[in-house]
Amino acid sequence: MLIEIENVSKVYRMGENEVHALRQVNLSVDRGASVAIVGPSGSGKSTLMNIIGCLDTPSSGNYRLDGTLVSRMNDDALAAVRNRQIGFVFQTFNLLPRQSALENVALPLLYAGVSRRERREMALEALRKVDLADRAHHKPAELSGGQRQRVAIARALVNRPSILLADEPTGNLDQKVGREIIALFRRLNEQEGVTLILVTHDREIAQNARRQVEIIDGAIVSDRGQ
Amino acid sequence: MDLLEQFRVAGESIRANKLRSFLTTLGVVIGVASVILLVSIGEGMRTYMANVFAGMGSNLLFVFPGKRDTRGSGHPPMSTTVHKLTLQDSNALRQRSLNIVNVAPLVVGGGRVERGSRSRDTMVLGTDAEFIVVHNLAVGVGDFLREEDVDAKHRVAVIGQTIARELFGDESPLGQPIKVAESRFRVVGVMAPKGQSLGFDFDDMVLIPVNTALDLFNEEGLTRISIKAANPSNLQPAIEDIVRILKHRHNNREDFTVVSQADLLDTFNQIAATMTYVLLGIASISLLVGGIGIMNIMLVSVRERTREIGVRKALGARKRDILMQFLIESVMVSSLGGALGLGLGSLIATSISAAVPEIPTRITLWILMLAVSFSVGVGVFFGVAPARTAANLDPIEALRYE
Repeated sequence: MLIEIENVSKVYRMGENEVHALRQVNLSVDRGASVAIVGPSGSGKSTLMNIIGCLDTPSSGNYRLDGTLVSRMNDDALAAVRNRQIGFVFQTFNLLPRQSALENVALPLLYAGVSRRERREMALEALRKVDLADRAHHKPAELSGGQRQRVAIARALVNRPSILLADEPTGNLDQKVGREIIALFRRLNEQEGVTLILVTHDREIAQNARRQVEIIDGAIVSDRGQ
Repeated sequence: MDLLEQFRVAGESIRANKLRSFLTTLGVVIGVASVILLVSIGEGMRTYMANVFAGMGSNLLFVFPGKRDTRGSGHPPMSTTVHKLTLQDSNALRQRSLNIVNVAPLVVGGGRVERGSRSRDTMVLGTDAEFIVVHNLAVGVGDFLREEDVDAKHRVAVIGQTIARELFGDESPLGQPIKVAESRFRVVGVMAPKGQSLGFDFDDMVLIPVNTALDLFNEEGLTRISIKAANPSNLQPAIEDIVRILKHRHNNREDFTVVSQADLLDTFNQIAATMTYVLLGIASISLLVGGIGIMNIMLVSVRERTREIGVRKALGARKRDILMQFLIESVMVSSLGGALGLGLGSLIATSISAAVPEIPTRITLWILMLAVSFSVGVGVFFGVAPARTAANLDPIEALRYE
């Protein structure tokens, strides 16, 4: 079992009020699975994604990633887990504008302590997987939206993470390009065996995952396709 | 994350905002330039004074009329003078101490030196034959004042180079008559060029026998007595001798002051050091202001790049990585300013001493090291707060930042 989430709750304090973003959530995901987390905005799906992605820790409950309890780790330990286990793909791509595609892709390797030459080779390899090796030296501004998202996917893949965590990855793309990106995710999941977690509010896109988990008001209300 | 890469990233960020980085570091440029400039002037002054004192002669003591408690500063308060220093005092010192080798009485006055239609207002020193020995001076042509000139109150004069040139041009002044303060004198010698020293321009003065000077200026007392001790170990015994001999002659009252050359040098060094530190303090203020400028821009930069920080953190950057990234950037900005300021300050200091030789400047290694470490220090000190802000950003908030 890659992801084991047990009784995880997340409570935020907003002034006087306590906001329960997650209530006693239980979720397990196998290695190589593809899971869509669906829910309207404010449902808690972003909170769940942040916890799965080790950007946040639960208020209570346990989260084991690949057998390691990560829910009690400190910031730097979490950073190391993110670096090795998680590949993030964001709605707004989040590429560094002054760096070339290759440098953007190599960024996680920088924090992993990989040597300069290896960084270059691994980044090129990742770009090849998303069919963008020929754009390696372009700056993000010189690439189309779809190409930018593919660079971001290459960056997510470069350190060979256990989980590819995509947050509304087609939100800023037109339909046609969005479909291409989803196809790329499917290919990576099916051919490369990368565990895919797709966070979206769009049920149609969610159908591309083999399993759909729906979350409303901080609780999982349905879990289909398991 | 390797340091080289950190430097590359920082350099890239600085290059991306060239004008802003330059303006940011301008405060440090000015600060470092002024530190270098002011301290090098201070150091140059100190070196200059040391040279002046070395050229003045060695093992010197000076006796001034009047008693002062503080050592070697300003002029003695004349009102407290009971006994004036006399030529007899000077002679007594010469005769009665084994620790003293040369004694030169001195009367300082001013007057107009004339030859025909040419004239010049200058300093007139009344002294005797030992003056040139005590003060390490040399006669260029002719003779210096002789003992018999003093004893017989001869109206003879030895003139400096500047006077000789002004009054005589290319002619030989030897044996020629001149008027000093309306009295006729005969030129017997011209001093070798010496230049300025301690406010005296040795080239622009007229030396006449001390007796003659006392009459000419209608003075009863000497301005000072310059004394040369046999060697450094004789200085302290010489001072004791002087005090004993003069007190005996002055009804057992110590109404005079003995100052050694070393005292004077110490005092000048103290003044120069104080000046240097004051100037350094002033220059540090501009460094402080420069540092605040850097902090300000770094805080802006952290805010602007909140998203980048979020991305870097999401991809696995630890707090330390982010902290180092911004710290290196601020140190690079301030070091760049330091380097520019170093060049600018050295350039100005060098051109000042080239243009105005009277203001010597000296750039020593310690000034350079100080300036460099100051600028790096400013970068670290004022970069820490913005870098910490960046390092402590919550990645989720940072990723959401628009």
